[in-house]
Amino acid sequence: MIRVELVKLVRRPRSWVSLGLLCGLPVLVAVFVAVTHLAPPPGQGPALLSAVLSSGSLYPAAALAIVLPIFLPVAVAVVAGDSIAGEASSGMLRYLLARPVRRSRLLAAKLVALIVYVLVAVVLIAVTAYATGILLFGSQPVAVSSGGGFNVSSVAATSLSGGGLTPTDILIRTLGAIAFIGVSMLGVGAIALFLSTVTDSALGAALGALAALITSEVLVTLNSADAVSPYLPTRYWLAWVDFFRQPILWRNIDRGFAVQAVYVAVFLGAAWAHFATKDITS
Amino acid sequence: MIVTRSLTKQFGPVLAVDHVDLDVRDGDRYGFLGPNGSGKTTLVRMLLGLVYATSGEIEVMGRPMPGRAAEVLPQIGALVEGPSAYGHLSGRANLALLDASGRAGSRRTRRARIAETLEQVGLAGIDNRPVKQYSLGMRQRLGLAAALLRTPHLLVLDEPTNGLDPQGIREIRDLLIELNKAGTTVFLSSHQLAEVDLLCTRVGVINRGRLVVQDDLEVLRGPTGRVMVRSPDVDRAAAVLDGRVERIEGDTLFVVAEDPAIINLRLIAAGVRVTEFTAERRSLEDLVLAVTGSGSDRVDDAGYSGGRPGRTGGDAGQPGSADGDAGQAEGGDLDDQG
Repeated sequence: MIRVELVKLVRRPRSWVSLGLLCGLPVLVAVFVAVTHLAPPPGQGPALLSAVLSSGSLYPAAALAIVLPIFLPVAVAVVAGDSIAGEASSGMLRYLLARPVRRSRLLAAKLVALIVYVLVAVVLIAVTAYATGILLFGSQPVAVSSGGGFNVSSVAATSLSGGGLTPTDILIRTLGAIAFIGVSMLGVGAIALFLSTVTDSALGAALGALAALITSEVLVTLNSADAVSPYLPTRYWLAWVDFFRQPILWRNIDRGFAVQAVYVAVFLGAAWAHFATKDITS
Repeated sequence: MIVTRSLTKQFGPVLAVDHVDLDVRDGDRYGFLGPNGSGKTTLVRMLLGLVYATSGEIEVMGRPMPGRAAEVLPQIGALVEGPSAYGHLSGRANLALLDASGRAGSRRTRRARIAETLEQVGLAGIDNRPVKQYSLGMRQRLGLAAALLRTPHLLVLDEPTNGLDPQGIREIRDLLIELNKAGTTVFLSSHQLAEVDLLCTRVGVINRGRLVVQDDLEVLRGPTGRVMVRSPDVDRAAAVLDGRVERIEGDTLFVVAEDPAIINLRLIAAGVRVTEFTAERRSLEDLVLAVTGSGSDRVDDAGYSGGRPGRTGGDAGQPGSADGDAGQAEGGDLDDQG
């Protein structure tokens, strides 16, 4: 069943269009920055972007920072929201279940396909961004910030440099960031997947998941919501930037992984519980 | 093949299926009739384990459903509420994906099996066009192909001839009869009476969630005790059959008779020319309309619908049999006279 779901994903034009857009946006940004040499000042604009002018090998991280706030969650929510609701609205769900495909099995296969999509998306973004970065900005060694706070985008500032990063270091840290972002996106995916079992409208499920994210983003910035903010899904989304500090700042990364794991577990559990007992009337 | 006991499904306040005792026997071509919204589809979905029953039992091929769905469903081919397919893929690709789903069919024989089923449903020549460009009839055939893909022992079909032209309808009917002769039980849910009339050997009628009639078609369509005689000599025929003629319409007489042979004999003995002579049988349409109300797609004024339940629920089983009794009694009376 997993193979079937992967085939469906691959043969779907939408998968390729969304991947193309996800990879295209960072390339577009890189071209603008390279042509004008006007990077946003440190601390403003997408994280790490100001650093890439000095070394293109940091551009994968900057690219992830560019697509993370909206593009990537939207793509993931659309794919995940479509997983069960899409089958329901196309009328195929009843035929799949009457094959029979066990409901838990179908859900698991959809989840695996979703994970594959997320990983492929994130890795592909990183790879195209690396190529773009090297091509447009060169690959000098990188000086990395050891400072705290959120001014990591000033990594290239010589005054804050805490030592150079070897290409191997950057590779490992980028892989860490990819894993972290992948898990964060899985949290979004789990919410959308659950909603996808609730409604027969793929669009509704995707928008529902995005609504949850926007709510979370709003609350994270709200001081009066500080009490709940450590438990919000987007609270630690940007913690992967800490992978590019010297030394790596693990505190928020660990918390981010933990929060996402809880969201994934809770929403997948809810999705399974609801789907397994649901009357299929689509 | 299919047995349900007191099967009930409640959707919130709506009783969709109400204590249904279905009995489909091995080798039947079972026609499951009912107006729109009478609970047909809900019942079919329960048979397939898509909708869970509120109470009651389902047994398919001697095994309880949905408990043993993993053993039962691979032997069932289903077409429920119209065919479905992934519109951006070709018909073949759709069948291949479906075949690979769940307990997959053998990959080695997949191509050959798909070609064979496409041939069966008359789509042998389809190219690689995506399904979204198919006509309604082609989609219907593709849906049937999906149902036949595993050479099932039981076919559960919901309106299988929807969207087909008369030629196609006949083709599919012939195919179903052929499959049935080879041992496949066919359960056909429909509201097209003519279709069921031509195809089925056994009929169940559901109305407002209740099974109101279930019997062999042959029994249900028993003689009405009336003979239709057509003759250029209407007046003479009427004179010969005096006392038995119920009514005359143009050159056609409707004659009450228990034994049509006697009527025929008397007409011939009197030298009356007869162009047509038919022992009238109850039509399936009359029977179904007698035991069902209008479908749920008709929405009457609340004040108006008050009288309706009496017509449908309580005395539902009676009209058919009452008709038969009356016919026989009348025939008997007149025979005495003769």
